[in-house]
Amino acid sequence: MAENNSRKNIFERMFAIDRRWVYGFLMLAVVLSVIAKPIIPIPISREARSIYDFMNSLNSGDYIHLAMDYDPSTLAELHPMTRAVLKQCFEKKIKVIITALHQNGPGMAAAAIDTACQRHFELTGYRPESGKDWVFLGYKPYPILIILGMGQNYRIPFPNDYYNVPLDSLPMMNGIRNYQNVKAVINISATSATDWWITYGNGRYQVPLAIGVTGVMATDYYPYLQTGQIFGILGGLQGAAEYETLVGTPGKAVEGMSVQVVGHSIIIIFIIIGNIGYFATRKKSKLGL
Amino acid sequence: MKRQFPLIIIFSLGLFMVVQYFVPHEKSEFFYEFIALDWPPIIGAFALMLGVISLTRVSITKIKRKKEAWGYSIVTLIGLFTMSAVGVVGYHYPPLTRAFNWNFNNIMIPISATMFSLLAFFIASAAYRAFRARSVLATILLVAAIIVMMRFFPLGPLTSVVGRASDWILNVPNLAAKRAILIGVGLGIVSTAMKVILGIERSYLGKD
Amino acid sequence: MDGVADVGRTARLRVCIIAATLLSFSALASAQVENPVADTAAVYPAATIAEPPPAPITNLKVKDLPNDHGHAFRLTWTISADDTGGRNNVRQYAVLRTPAWKGPFTEPQGAGPGWRNEQGHWWHLVEGEWDTVGTIPSSTAEYVNRGGKARESSDYFPDYVGFSFKVLTVGARGSISESAIFGPVESSGQWFHAGKTWVVLAVLVYGGLMLTMVRLARGGKELFIRPLAGINAVDEAIGRATEMGRPILYVLGLGSPDEIATIASFTILSRVAKKVAEYQTELIVPCYDSIVMTIAQETVKQAYIDAGRGDDYHEDMVYFVTQNQFAYVAAINGTMLRRQTATNFYLGVFYAESLILAETGSLAGSIQISGTDRITQLPFFVVACDYTLIGEELYAASAYLGREPILLGTLKAQDYTKAVLMVLMGLGVLAGILNIAWLTDLFVLNI
Repeated sequence: MAENNSRKNIFERMFAIDRRWVYGFLMLAVVLSVIAKPIIPIPISREARSIYDFMNSLNSGDYIHLAMDYDPSTLAELHPMTRAVLKQCFEKKIKVIITALHQNGPGMAAAAIDTACQRHFELTGYRPESGKDWVFLGYKPYPILIILGMGQNYRIPFPNDYYNVPLDSLPMMNGIRNYQNVKAVINISATSATDWWITYGNGRYQVPLAIGVTGVMATDYYPYLQTGQIFGILGGLQGAAEYETLVGTPGKAVEGMSVQVVGHSIIIIFIIIGNIGYFATRKKSKLGL
Repeated sequence: MKRQFPLIIIFSLGLFMVVQYFVPHEKSEFFYEFIALDWPPIIGAFALMLGVISLTRVSITKIKRKKEAWGYSIVTLIGLFTMSAVGVVGYHYPPLTRAFNWNFNNIMIPISATMFSLLAFFIASAAYRAFRARSVLATILLVAAIIVMMRFFPLGPLTSVVGRASDWILNVPNLAAKRAILIGVGLGIVSTAMKVILGIERSYLGKD
Repeated sequence: MDGVADVGRTARLRVCIIAATLLSFSALASAQVENPVADTAAVYPAATIAEPPPAPITNLKVKDLPNDHGHAFRLTWTISADDTGGRNNVRQYAVLRTPAWKGPFTEPQGAGPGWRNEQGHWWHLVEGEWDTVGTIPSSTAEYVNRGGKARESSDYFPDYVGFSFKVLTVGARGSISESAIFGPVESSGQWFHAGKTWVVLAVLVYGGLMLTMVRLARGGKELFIRPLAGINAVDEAIGRATEMGRPILYVLGLGSPDEIATIASFTILSRVAKKVAEYQTELIVPCYDSIVMTIAQETVKQAYIDAGRGDDYHEDMVYFVTQNQFAYVAAINGTMLRRQTATNFYLGVFYAESLILAETGSLAGSIQISGTDRITQLPFFVVACDYTLIGEELYAASAYLGREPILLGTLKAQDYTKAVLMVLMGLGVLAGILNIAWLTDLFVLNI
């Protein structure tokens, strides 16, 4: 009888584990995998490759618009995408117009650009310059209005860049008026700014658009990929890891994938435990025990 | 007139924007740029002032009356006015710009990232509680969730199988369901927008 | 509800405004464009090396680009016989246009439409001179020459001025052949985007359906709306909070006031606030957006007045927190845990913070009713909340709560429109399977 009781209690405990145990195991697993750094192979998806191939097809001197519409909270997932895209642009000498339409984004974006320039300098001895190789326009409120304004003329919402230099005095903005002068917009975002880029950037101005979004948001945008309104998606940490692998600089995203795999494993284990407990206790109640 | 004036503004501007969507001529675009692109940021800036005044008043009231956890209100006010002052003055005085950037990079960014990382733990506990095979549909949901979560796992020969199954789940049933909800939401948006423009929906005016 | 006189006056005002809007567009349409004149142009560099020139393109046609704001042409042609065939030696095509811009001048050179002013310097159009306006890779049979509409931009060209075009076929080693000249053609903006015709028709059909259903509802016809568990639970949730003596938390979400989900949330807030005022329970409404805060204050205040409890309302019930996503959710979490709110409403636009809110509310032991149109966040709310309004159920809530004929009518119109769309989708699937191209092409939007 005593044995039966303790076995029943185990199943009941499995059915209703205190959430703190779940948090504790998850934390332990994540910390251990950060320390151990296991290597996980990164398969490349069609959606990521299409962005990479498009960027590779551009010529030196072509322009793209990099819209960094996220804030520090989603740095872990989206910053690696930004770094990988900037690396590819600087390597191919593609000129980049950068905006950050999130109020907490500009400082972080400026730091990311600075880091990318420094890395390019360390690799090649040349440091990309503001106004010549890239221009950072900064932030203005009301993203819809800014996206629409840039579609008419970049100078409507941004007469000056982030560093308060008039756009007309920047060599790379000579002759660049709006989206018709850029080959594509790459929108890296964790907000509804992606919806506005699809509706207004691509819908109204027909500028080719690719997006990099958090994992949770990525599945929302497959309908737009199917209709051709966007030509590629980088989804979450996986998408960032794929792009890092494609540009040849595995970094934080690739490292983070192993942590993600371990985290998912813990969640799956707890789901299985919970279901075992559920079926066992349900069986017990059916038997009237 | 006090009731009708806002309704007239909403109706006329709403109707103008609807008509403007179908008129590509540059003269229509000129009015659109003037009304839609220039005015809202100005109004938004003044509204932000109202928000700051509200927050300040609420915090001061909590401090004066020593309401529960009034200490946090002191922290709120210090953070609000310090960052604002440092940011505004720092625009013209570079050492304060560095202080602003330091606060942003060393306080704001870690705190934001920490709050976002709570999601990992909450997802684990929510998944543990919710993913129970209570019925056929719940079991299908459970199996689909596990397949999609496992698509990054190195499973040897099974990796491509799980990957393809996961892609199918994301590109077929998931896409169909999302499209269905999107269509419903789209119709709801059109309907609500029409109700607002025509003055049928007036709850935002504070009237019943 | 409006009095009869109010309704009549409002309707007359609306008719006046519609008439004024249409008249103003027609006035703009008839405004004249000014007309000055022009100067010289640049020429495509002459061919160089000994190479037989490739065959020129043929059938060059130039038209005004339709459905745009003007200042654009579409060119089409038949590619050269030596492009992918024949000698296969075509490198690219170059599009030339006349009259061409000559300048810069420090002062204007005469009058007419053909001038622009770029960074203080004047340029004028000159007949007989050619500008190269674009180079296109081989195997391409189409080009859109799009110019800016502002006279200050370098690619501006005026509407209602005759331009002629020719296309040069450039060989691998630079030899050139010219097409026949096509023109003059004038560009202009259109007053209706023909590609959006289906959108207009859909809006008119939907509007008509809405008016019909509203008329039926007003006539007393019973319109069935399926029960929404989340809305039915509102009264129960408010009652629970009153019994427990704990406050009610209402979160309007992170949307701006122009977002439909936020507008729908105001409607529900109005009903909830009225009920809360009647029960004399405490209501807490922390806001993310300052404009939303001002609207919410008005909404709650009016609800309290309507419930006869105007004196119980105080402005600190509805307050602004911050416009930072996670700082906002941290503040709400703190409120939930300290005040031990009995009932939480999350109705509006939510992003990643939805699960944090819902799980913390669950920790605090609150009953939670949520609703959002953000598809990504619905799973988190469904998992962690007691009741969830999914997508358009949030918009339908105002009709469901008030049961007013107009609102019920619009809701039924949505349902019938969905039925029409389902039939069209079924037809589209069949057409796709049976390859009936004319049916699928019929509904293509060229926007």
